[in-house]
Amino acid sequence: MQSDATVRPPVRTGESARFRLQANEREVRRVLGRIMAYLGDGLCQPDRGTVEIVLAEVLNNIVEHAYARRPPGRIRLFLTPVGDGLACRVEDDGHPMPSLVLPDGRLPELGDELDLLPEGGWGWALIRSLTADLIYERTPRANRLTFRVPVSWKADSDPDRDTIARQRVAGG
Amino acid sequence: MKLTSEMIDGAQVVRVEEERIDASVAIQFKDRMRELAGSAPGRVILDMGRVGFVDSSGLGAIVAVMKLLAPATRLELAALTPTVGKVFHMTRMDSVFAIHPEVPGEGMRHAV
Repeated sequence: MQSDATVRPPVRTGESARFRLQANEREVRRVLGRIMAYLGDGLCQPDRGTVEIVLAEVLNNIVEHAYARRPPGRIRLFLTPVGDGLACRVEDDGHPMPSLVLPDGRLPELGDELDLLPEGGWGWALIRSLTADLIYERTPRANRLTFRVPVSWKADSDPDRDTIARQRVAGG
Repeated sequence: MKLTSEMIDGAQVVRVEEERIDASVAIQFKDRMRELAGSAPGRVILDMGRVGFVDSSGLGAIVAVMKLLAPATRLELAALTPTVGKVFHMTRMDSVFAIHPEVPGEGMRHAV
């Protein structure tokens, strides 16, 4: 018979997971696959989709913009399941954000003509509407983006959740 | 990027035989669609039933295909999976495409 320890779910609140990748599109696809496997069935399907959309857009932006016109470097990703979602920190060593400010995340205009329909420019709108506590920081050599994806962990996959919630209440 | 094509009820139905249309295959997708559907006037219905994920590059490629087929050919979409539907909805691209809940003819085949 298996003990609880051996059947414990892959995702536990408060435990961080770290992922590293080279900044290119194939690596983004590979690491997203690994992250979705890591999340396992701890999230319902809509929440899994939300996490995948956000992380795909964040990583693609880094590949496309931070490492534009320079040799692709590394991206470091730290994911921490917390009581009210998935806390994420993403770091890269590429170009800083223009003016050190995140894009506002307005959706591109649709216009009336087919020829003028946008073929991109949705990334930050998606990221901004699906995340909370979004912060961009530039250190001397790196970009650091932190945010939380507000998702709900399934109770049965997350034995630590109640404990953490109690600690938060107790800690004020 | 595997795509298959068949005629159903007078429309060319192109099925995406991939789990993802993302930044790593967006250009291939555009090129393959041009080869497959570029010369067929009428309707092209893209069967997205197997595609579990589309990022903004993939979405951009689908929009680009719609533009390059127009005006002779109209691109429509069918069978969006939930996460893909969410991306279309959030970007308002669901107001730009005709989106069918399922591929025409499929319901009848399933009912047999």
